[in-house]
Amino acid sequence: MAFIVTPEPRRAVMLRRLRASIADGTVFLLLLGVSIVMMAPFIWMLSTSLRSPLQSFLLPPKWIPTDWQWDNYAAVFDQVPFFRFFLNSVLISGAVVIGQLVTSAMAAYAFARLRFPGKGMLFVVLMSSLMVPIQATVIPIFVLLGELRLADTLWAVILPGWSSAFGVFLLRQYFLTIPNDLEDAARLDGATHWRIFVDVVLPLARPALAVLAILTFNQYWNEFFRPFIFLTSYENFPLPVGLVTLQGYLGNGSVAVVLAGVALSLFPVLVLYIFTQRYLIEGITLTGLKG
Amino acid sequence: MALSDRPGSASLPGMTVPVSPRSGTGSLRGEQRREARAAYVYLLPVFVLFVVFVAGPLIASVVLSFTRYDVVSEPVGIGLDNYQRLAGDERVIISFRNTFVFVILSTLLEITIALLLAVGVQSRMPTFLRYVFRTAFFLPVITSSTAIAIIFSYMFSRDFGVINYYLVQLGFERVPWLNSTQWSLFTIVLASVWQRLGFTFILFVAGLQNIPRDIYEAASIDGVGPFTRLRTLTIPLLSPTILFATVIGVIASLQVFETPFIMTRGGPGDSSRTVVMMIQESAFQNLEFGYGSAIAVILFVVIMLFTLLQFWMSQRWVHYQ
Repeated sequence: MAFIVTPEPRRAVMLRRLRASIADGTVFLLLLGVSIVMMAPFIWMLSTSLRSPLQSFLLPPKWIPTDWQWDNYAAVFDQVPFFRFFLNSVLISGAVVIGQLVTSAMAAYAFARLRFPGKGMLFVVLMSSLMVPIQATVIPIFVLLGELRLADTLWAVILPGWSSAFGVFLLRQYFLTIPNDLEDAARLDGATHWRIFVDVVLPLARPALAVLAILTFNQYWNEFFRPFIFLTSYENFPLPVGLVTLQGYLGNGSVAVVLAGVALSLFPVLVLYIFTQRYLIEGITLTGLKG
Repeated sequence: MALSDRPGSASLPGMTVPVSPRSGTGSLRGEQRREARAAYVYLLPVFVLFVVFVAGPLIASVVLSFTRYDVVSEPVGIGLDNYQRLAGDERVIISFRNTFVFVILSTLLEITIALLLAVGVQSRMPTFLRYVFRTAFFLPVITSSTAIAIIFSYMFSRDFGVINYYLVQLGFERVPWLNSTQWSLFTIVLASVWQRLGFTFILFVAGLQNIPRDIYEAASIDGVGPFTRLRTLTIPLLSPTILFATVIGVIASLQVFETPFIMTRGGPGDSSRTVVMMIQESAFQNLEFGYGSAIAVILFVVIMLFTLLQFWMSQRWVHYQ
């Protein structure tokens, strides 16, 4: 700003700087306050899960664990089939991720690279399913799963997850950004569509596949509504349904044990965040589809 | 899976002779047919599942909504009876009212707070702080609503809850967060805003990064204050993102289920019962699948209308650059 005609008096400059740093400081304090509010429930969960069950509901709350009652974490496994819940969650999320990646990548390749009659219409029809909330289809799906003899099996939750309009959309967008050169070269070498898809396009699309895998895993790991409705036996419950059952079953007597279970269920998501946060945040921003 | 051996290129052992794949109309048509056939094979899994688990069930929901059906015996067509019944069903009406109140409050709070946070994070600060804030705001987004609802149902407890403990310390009365018809829905709003805030925040941060710096520099030379700047520059320039966040927020909150189901079971009374809870209760507890379908169809129509309305509005007031 050296070219401003009349140089500002020194006091005015200092006053302006002071005002700017007060503004920055206020903003910082507000952000800090909100961050504390956002983190407090997690910290409370952790410290309470480490208190002795008898003291866990005593006030004042302890924010820093002092008793280190790891027994609560063992109790989760003793008092409910927690390992089973965990395994079910792993199986459901894992199977959905694998199936969805395969079907979405195949469809996305067709939409991005191949020419065929009805392409535009089929794409619009598929994308329109993004507007259909699960509640609008859950009742007939429940009836259908019963007819298919899949009710109360993990397949009831996995199978419908294998088709995802969002997955097709995400991967198609990415495939379109991959230059055609390599595929053309492969085609001239006589490679089939399938070879090109598997050996050329998929390896180049690794970042998009990773984003889809992470988002899908997170979504199905956390899902409550469908498993709660489709699964009725204890031994088929994934973590969210199992935890709610655990809470109802143990009641308020063992807050510490319930919270130990909750903490364990959050652990994989936390690990996922630490290692893949860039993908996770970018993916969620990009999509806006995280319910 | 040799779906399509290319006839246009001849390859001999040890050498490849590139021949233009589009030479000759006969082979062109054959080639196109092969390519189309391959495409349909690639699309098959997604579309079979789409028909079986989305399109079919959606139509079936509409059909079921005109029947009485308890899974055990065959569905019986009863015309518009379910719709007439739900129009006079006070609990359904309350659940829609609760859901609308929830949608409006939570979306407003979420958008306002997230916008302020996103603008705040743009101010001068060390990079690692920005990273810490982002992580703090974002962690609840990737956490399951179930886990959060369980944690909050303890924290908001009237007699043993952490929140009331501090309110009493500060000289306030205990608030019956979950035990009062006046508070229960609002408590659900708070829990839900807390969880979704980081998502909207991230959207706004991304949106703000697309606003050219020089516009702000021009404004600061003109001596525009921070609040005027927010109102006259940031909000108009960010309006496409704000609209997007609103659409997504409204659609997601119309489907709210876990948080009230776990924290209040819809109570006390029906004070925090939502539409999806009514669908779940009618169909899967009372085994009235037809009636549940009718409520689900109404919810679906409302979600569609909201989507269309908001896109129509976007053409009127959103500022696209």
